[in-house]
Amino acid sequence: MRGSNTALGAAGLAVFLALGEAVPRLGLVKEAYFPPTSRIASALWDEVTTDGFWSALGDTLTGWAVGLAIAVCAGVVVGVTVSIVPYLRETTASTIEFLRPIPSVALIPLAVLLYGAELKSVLILVVYASFWQVLVQTLYGVQDVDPVAEETARSYGLGTWARVRHVLWPTALPYVMTGVRLAAAVALILAITAELIIGAPGLGQEIAVAQTSQAVPEMYALIVVTGVLGLLINVGARTVERRALAWHQSVRGEVAV
Amino acid sequence: MIGRLLLRLLFVLALPVVLVALWWAASDGNTDPFWPPLRTILRTFPDVWTVDRLRTDVVPSVLRLLSGYATAAVVGMALGTVIGSYRGVRAVCEPVLEFLRAVPPPVLIPVIMLFAGIGDTMKIVVIASGCVWPILLNTVEGVRAVDSVMLETARSYGVKGPARLRHLVLPSASPQIFAGLRQALSIGIILMVISEMFAASNGIGFTVVQFQRSFAIPDMWTGILVLGLLGFLLSVVFQLVERRVLGWYHGLRASTRRS
Amino acid sequence: MLDIRGLHKVYEGSGRRVEAVRDLTFTVSAGELVCLVGPSGCGKTTLLKCMGGLLTPTAGEVLLSGKPVSGPPPGMAFVFQEYGRSLFPWMRVGQNVELPLKQKNLTKARRKELVADALESVGLADAAGAYPWQLSGGMQQRVAIARALAYEPQVLLMDEPFAAVDAQTRADLEDLVRGLWRERGITILFVTHDIDEAVYLGERVIVLSASPTVVQEQLKVDLPDERDQLHTRVAPRFAELRTHVYEQIQAAKRGIPQDAVTKSNTPPLH
Repeated sequence: MRGSNTALGAAGLAVFLALGEAVPRLGLVKEAYFPPTSRIASALWDEVTTDGFWSALGDTLTGWAVGLAIAVCAGVVVGVTVSIVPYLRETTASTIEFLRPIPSVALIPLAVLLYGAELKSVLILVVYASFWQVLVQTLYGVQDVDPVAEETARSYGLGTWARVRHVLWPTALPYVMTGVRLAAAVALILAITAELIIGAPGLGQEIAVAQTSQAVPEMYALIVVTGVLGLLINVGARTVERRALAWHQSVRGEVAV
Repeated sequence: MIGRLLLRLLFVLALPVVLVALWWAASDGNTDPFWPPLRTILRTFPDVWTVDRLRTDVVPSVLRLLSGYATAAVVGMALGTVIGSYRGVRAVCEPVLEFLRAVPPPVLIPVIMLFAGIGDTMKIVVIASGCVWPILLNTVEGVRAVDSVMLETARSYGVKGPARLRHLVLPSASPQIFAGLRQALSIGIILMVISEMFAASNGIGFTVVQFQRSFAIPDMWTGILVLGLLGFLLSVVFQLVERRVLGWYHGLRASTRRS
Repeated sequence: MLDIRGLHKVYEGSGRRVEAVRDLTFTVSAGELVCLVGPSGCGKTTLLKCMGGLLTPTAGEVLLSGKPVSGPPPGMAFVFQEYGRSLFPWMRVGQNVELPLKQKNLTKARRKELVADALESVGLADAAGAYPWQLSGGMQQRVAIARALAYEPQVLLMDEPFAAVDAQTRADLEDLVRGLWRERGITILFVTHDIDEAVYLGERVIVLSASPTVVQEQLKVDLPDERDQLHTRVAPRFAELRTHVYEQIQAAKRGIPQDAVTKSNTPPLH
C-alpha cells in the first residue's frame, strides 16, 4: 500500500516536472517568463557551484534559526509565566488578542529605519511573527493540564517549581512542539520576506537581484531552493513533533487558533 | 452580577490602558526622531488618514485582499474536495502539493510580476496563490477524514452526489477548512502589504513605505497603527463568521469534554 | 420478503484473506421480526451490510421482494450501533430525520408530516430543534430510529443498536421497537449479541456459528405477542428459550455443528 503510494507520488512529481518542461517548449507560455525545467535545473547547478549561493543560504538560515530560537524561548517563558501567576492570564488576554493579528510586515518600515538591511531587521520580523504561534500554543497546553493531576501534586506538597516541572510542562510539551512547528514555517516566510523587501543578505535578496537583472532561470532556481528549504523544515519539524507526542497518551488534533 | 461584569471589564481594559499610558509617558518629550511621542503620532493621525486617503489607499488594499482571498477560498476548497475524495489522485498530487506549499509565498511576487505586470491583477494573483495552499491542504485533510459510519449512513439512505457533498462531506470537513482559512487570512494580509511595498502606486503598504522613505516618521507610525487595526478588525470579523458557521462544532466539543 | 441465498463473503487485503461469512441461507417473511444472534466477532455486521447493499458479497445473493440487492435499496433503512457517529452533528434533530426524505420526490408538506410523525412515535416530538449532541445516548438512538421510520422502509435493519446504552434505557428502547413493529407492520431484522434481547424481541431467532459464519440454528419464539419487561422475562418459557439459545451459542463457539441447521425447530415443551 505504502509502496504504491510512493510510486504514485513519484509519478506525480515526474508529470509535474515534465509539464514544466513541455509547456514553455510548446510555446504555451513565453520561455522568457517561464523557462523549461531543464534550464532551471542547469541554472540551479550553476548556482550551487558558487560561493555566493552558500553564503546567502547561510545568512537565511542564520536569520531563521536565531529568530526562531528567540521566539520559542520568549514564547514558552511568557506563556508559562502568564499561566501560573494568578490573574495574569485574565489581564493579558485582551492585549494578546489585539497584538497577535497585527501583521508583522507592518514593522518593515520601522525595522528599515532602525537597522537598515542588517540581520537585526530580519530578526525583528521573524521574532514578532513566530512568537505568537509559540505563545498561543503554550497557553492552550497549560490550560489542558488535568485539574486532578494538579490537585494531586498540590496534596503531596509539591512546590510551584516542582509542579511546573512534573505536571505542567509534560502536559504542555506536545502543544509547545506544535507551536514550534508552526513557528518554524512562519519564521522562514518572514526571513525571506525581509531579505526580499528590505534587502538584507540572504536567498530573498538573491531572488530580488535575479529579478532586477532579468536572470529569470536563476530566479526560478532560487525559488526552488526556498521551496526545498521550506519542505525540509516542515518535514523536520513534524518528525520532532511526532517524537515529542509519542509518549503522550492521546494524540490530539491541532488546536484551531 | 454587575460586580462580576465590572471585574471582567477591568481585566479586559486594565493592561491595554497601562501599556498605552506607558508608551505615552515614555515617548513624551522624546527627541529621538524614530520614536516620536505618542501625542504627536495621534495628532498626526486624523491629518494623514482622511476620508480621501481611505478611498484612495485603504479601500483598494482591502478590495485586493478580499478578491485574492475569495479566489483562493473557492479554488482551494474545490480542488481540495476533489483531491481529498479520491485516494489515487491524492497519492499522485501529495509530494507536489507539499513542495508548493513549502515555497514561501512572498517569493512568488517576482514570478507573478513577470506574467501580470505590477497592476491590481498581480496583487490579487499573488494573494490568491499564497492563500490557496493552507485552504487546499486543510480541505484535503478534512474531506479525507469524514467518519466512516456517517458515510455508510448517507449511502444506505441514498444520499449521494451534490446532496452528499453539501450535507455530509463539506460540513464534516468545515472545522479543518476554517483552520486553513484562518492561516490563509494572515498570509493574505502579509502578501497584500508586501506586494504593495514591492511595486504599486497606491495602497496601505505603498503609503507606509513612502512615509518611511521621505522620513515622515510620525506619518509612518500612523500607517503601522492602521495596518495593526486592519489586522485586528479582519480577525474579529473572521471569528464572528467562524463562531456562526461552526457553532455546532464548538457545542459538540464542549459536550464531549463534559462527559 | 428478504431472501438470503448461499451468502459468502471473503475479505481480501495485503496478502491476508479472511473468510467472514461461509454460507448463509435463510428467509425473512413480510412483517416478521427476526433476531440474529451469535458469538462476538461472528460476522453479524458483515452479513447485515451485505443485506443492506453496503458490501458486495463474494458469492450468493440477497433478494428483496424477489429483486437482487446490488446497492442500498430504497425500501430498506439502517440503524447503526454508533448513534453518535451516524447522526450528523451539524444538523438539528429534525433536519437529520428529514435529510433522507429529500432524496425521495416528496413535497415539503409531506416531508414535514413524516418527520413530525416519526419523532412523535419515538417520543421526541419536542426535540426537533435540538442538536443530537445535546441529547442523551438513548435519545440519540431514538432519533436514528425516527430517521429510519420516516424513510418508510419495507425492511428495517438494526445492527446492535442498543449495545452502547445503559441497561434501563435499553429496556425502554426494546419496548419501543416491539411497539413500533406491532403498530406499523414493518419487517425488522435485528442483530444483537445479547441472548435475552434476542429472545425478548424476536418472533424468530437465528443463531449464527462462529466465524466463518453459517446458520447454527433457527428457532421460533413461541412467547405471546403481548410482552413486557416485568412478566415476560420471568416466564418459565422465556428461561427455557434463552437457555436453549445459550447452549447453541456455546456449541457454536466450540465449533460443534447442529444437525438440523436450516430447519425451523422449537425446543420441546417440558
